[in-house]
Amino acid sequence: MSDSTKTLILSPVFSNNPITLQILGICSALAVTTTMSTSLVMAASVAVVTALSSMFISMLRHHIPSSIRIIAQMAIIASLVIVVDQILRAYAFSVSKQLSVFVGLIITNCIVMGRAEGFAMSNPPVASFWDGIGNGLGYGVILIIVAFFRELLGSGKILGLTLLDTVSNGGWYVPNGLMLLAPSAFFIIGLLIWGLRTIYINQCETPEYVIANQTKLMQ
Amino acid sequence: MEHYLSLLLKAIFIENMALSFFLGMCTFLAVSKKMETAVGLGIAVVVVQAITIPVNNLVFQYLLKLGALSWLGLPEIDLSFLGFITYIGVIAAIVQILEFFLDKYIPALYNALGIYLPLITVNCAILGGTLFMVEREYTFNESLVYGFGSGFGWTLAIISLAGIREKLKYSDVPNGLQGLGITFITAGLMALGFMSFSGIQL
Repeated sequence: MSDSTKTLILSPVFSNNPITLQILGICSALAVTTTMSTSLVMAASVAVVTALSSMFISMLRHHIPSSIRIIAQMAIIASLVIVVDQILRAYAFSVSKQLSVFVGLIITNCIVMGRAEGFAMSNPPVASFWDGIGNGLGYGVILIIVAFFRELLGSGKILGLTLLDTVSNGGWYVPNGLMLLAPSAFFIIGLLIWGLRTIYINQCETPEYVIANQTKLMQ
Repeated sequence: MEHYLSLLLKAIFIENMALSFFLGMCTFLAVSKKMETAVGLGIAVVVVQAITIPVNNLVFQYLLKLGALSWLGLPEIDLSFLGFITYIGVIAAIVQILEFFLDKYIPALYNALGIYLPLITVNCAILGGTLFMVEREYTFNESLVYGFGSGFGWTLAIISLAGIREKLKYSDVPNGLQGLGITFITAGLMALGFMSFSGIQL
């Protein structure tokens, strides 16, 4: 694998993550992070859709007139999402029921559109494919980290395996009910951003308004 | 009547689009820096949501559902797998028509909302509302109420977040949390607040 491919795949996962840095694609995804299994399926679906749509859009990039490019991209993305949805219904029906409307919402996931518009329209198909995979993975990593904490602390399990024995099963762990509710996902992502930006200091945003230092008291 | 009122309150508060289903998050976080822009986008969302959900309801009932084409003499055809691409097409078309219409007849409103309309086509809250409507099998009247309610709930959330962020600007936030991080935490606290409505039954 060449170096440029490696950068295309790895840079969106850590240093240039679409969720924590560009605020893209959080829309549809956080509601599926209560368990690891649904978020793994969601992450895989998004990676597949992003990669394939970038590839097809990049193949067609010289033929799409720029005035109607958004609707052309939409049509490609929506058809791919329909395929993914039908496959999930056929082979993983219970997961597809849990994901409910959120598979359909991959269409409006900003990462897919963002990569189509920002990368695929100006790059060859193979590079666009790897870029799509990389961004899908970057999104998947955040999704899986959030799901890991929510499932572990909320029900004491990972992928259905009990790690912390809950009190109701005669164990010692009192499950944190908040982790199964919506707000916990916001908190976990907020803290994650804090952590990432402590490591990559150049990603910090500059405050709009700085409180003036206190003037020294006259002695 | 009571049924519709309860549906409306449920759509606005208990099942708030932004804070309990995380829909429309990209714009929710990106456009909530200033009160004015948040209000503009919010009104645009209410209008588009209140039109697209009932229209998509009609499309689903009379074109896509199993047996929906019986008026053409084709009772066994089930086109519901074409749902996603149809709904997004309908939404894009309605947003475009709305843009032409406002530009021609209500230029003042067009100037205020114009820049937000294109953003709305890819707003997850709009498509999400339609998909929830299909999944829960709302009737046409219910979809009218649900469309308005869910749009209004989203607007309420973004306007309150914008209000909080305007004040937050003057507080001393740790470096790494500055901007996006603290916005997430604020949204989380707001979601906690909205959850207090969840026990209400009408």
